[in-house]
Amino acid sequence: MANANVASLYNAQFMDHVSHPDYKYPLEDATLTHEGVNPSCGDELTFYVRLGDDGTIEEAAYQGHGCAISQASADMMSDLVVDKTPQEAIGLCKLFGRMVRGEETDADTLAQLDEAASLRDISHMPARVKCAELAWRTLEEMLEAGSEEASVDVPFHTHEHDGAND
Amino acid sequence: MSLDASQLASIAENPYKDDFPLLAKHPEICFLDSAATSQRPAAVLDAQRRFYEEMNANPLRGLYGLSVEATQAIEGARDHIARFIGAVDDEGRPQGSEVVFTRNASESLNLVAQTLGRSVLHEGDEVVVSIMEHHSNIIPWQQVCAQTGARLVYLRLDDDFRITQEELEAKVGPKAKIVSVTQVSNVLGVQNDIPAISARAHQMGAHMVVDGAQSVPHLKVDVRELGCDLLAFSAHKMGGPMGIGVLWGKAALLDQMPPFLTGGEMIDSVSETDAVWAPVPQKFEAGTQDAAGSYAFDAGLGYLESKGFAALEARERLLSAYLTESLAALDFVDVIGPEDGFRHVGAVAFNVRGVHPHDVASILDGSGVCIRAGHHCAQPLLSYLDVAMGSTCRASVAFYNDKQDIDRLVDGLKTVWQVFNG
Repeated sequence: MANANVASLYNAQFMDHVSHPDYKYPLEDATLTHEGVNPSCGDELTFYVRLGDDGTIEEAAYQGHGCAISQASADMMSDLVVDKTPQEAIGLCKLFGRMVRGEETDADTLAQLDEAASLRDISHMPARVKCAELAWRTLEEMLEAGSEEASVDVPFHTHEHDGAND
Repeated sequence: MSLDASQLASIAENPYKDDFPLLAKHPEICFLDSAATSQRPAAVLDAQRRFYEEMNANPLRGLYGLSVEATQAIEGARDHIARFIGAVDDEGRPQGSEVVFTRNASESLNLVAQTLGRSVLHEGDEVVVSIMEHHSNIIPWQQVCAQTGARLVYLRLDDDFRITQEELEAKVGPKAKIVSVTQVSNVLGVQNDIPAISARAHQMGAHMVVDGAQSVPHLKVDVRELGCDLLAFSAHKMGGPMGIGVLWGKAALLDQMPPFLTGGEMIDSVSETDAVWAPVPQKFEAGTQDAAGSYAFDAGLGYLESKGFAALEARERLLSAYLTESLAALDFVDVIGPEDGFRHVGAVAFNVRGVHPHDVASILDGSGVCIRAGHHCAQPLLSYLDVAMGSTCRASVAFYNDKQDIDRLVDGLKTVWQVFNG
């Protein structure tokens, strides 16, 4: 009953995103900013993107703190969405959500997520799904709101419970 | 290490594990989360099955033999529970009518808040709890305070995680109508001096409620010694089934309290406009009860007694001390709570420096080590202690654990540290 998926998840590549993130910094000239919180975990993330004149994501960055899964996931996502249009990025966020909930398992489809596809085993760790999803849900909400108005800065809260009650 | 060689040898032996089917069948599991729920011995599982195979009928209203047996199963469990917690009269007879069955300690505390609380609280009155309460002993009082205009007051801890006499005298004053405090913290593992708190509550004319969810499973609890008026606890943390809780209360007080849930089984008579309540404890038990669960809990208490509860308690003290000291000996681990391992009743909270508790728990899970990580349903406490990210790891032991379990935890934590720090 020990969870065999864990050892493969916390591998060197994953830990490199935690220890040496490439995209963890404040983006001064961000077009959009959005905060995401997992109250039950204490994870807090601020996500930034700068959109180019053609509407694509020129630069993505994040700040905040949380567990290794939330941090590595945010870093992998930032790398993935650069040069994507908001609509493409929203599609990737939805795909990631389906992957970590175990609804999408096709390797060719998941290849679109590039390195973030390495988080697929989260689908066997239900308590950690919301950690992995935090960055993606934050980005998706920000981009969906951003298509309606130029800038949003509304924190959202996910009121999910912490699992066991004691 | 303050444990001597013979103490270490005694916790390295484990004559109990084989009584617990899950642990016996899965040696790869290292279960250190008994503060969340315990494992269940075969005696309890067998009793649950025996009820449905041999005495299954709706209790209380039956006029035939099978239903009488089902009724006796519940009433026998009541008496056993009463005896177990010292609810006996001067001749030593168990006071089963003082034992109300609920679903769990949370429901017991909700019952008290919504019946006693709503009867006695008025605007300006105070309910006093401690800052180390589980959410189950906070939110019901927040709710009843909002309904009545009473104020919720918190007893704070000193640097040694104790509620001092000065704090008690400062916070439990003449406005206090109810004091509700846990006997053992589910996070810090410390034991509060309930007799002293009860004495202060009664001196001020307040009712004393005790959350025994973490104490009744591990300490010999005697309600007369505690001096409390009401005691809540759960069967599932002490080998019994999930879904059975207990509210013990002094008979005279339970008699005065209005019912909580209403409907079948809890009445003497009903007219179109009114109803007359059944006597205690049935007054508080609307609808068909989990008779099989009560019966299985009875068997669980029998199991604990057959092993000698004092021996189990002594073993758990050694395991708790060994757990605390083993964690404190790791230079990358911070124990949150007293350094003295003998002050921990089962539970020890800790953090691996710089690593989120959820990552610690996930990596430990990779080697079969089960601990809890998060806020432990005690967010006000973690805020008060200013714990990083408002969460901690928590390992907790019961008598069916052994030294090897704790050594596996320590090995697992070394792996965690290596994953994060190469």
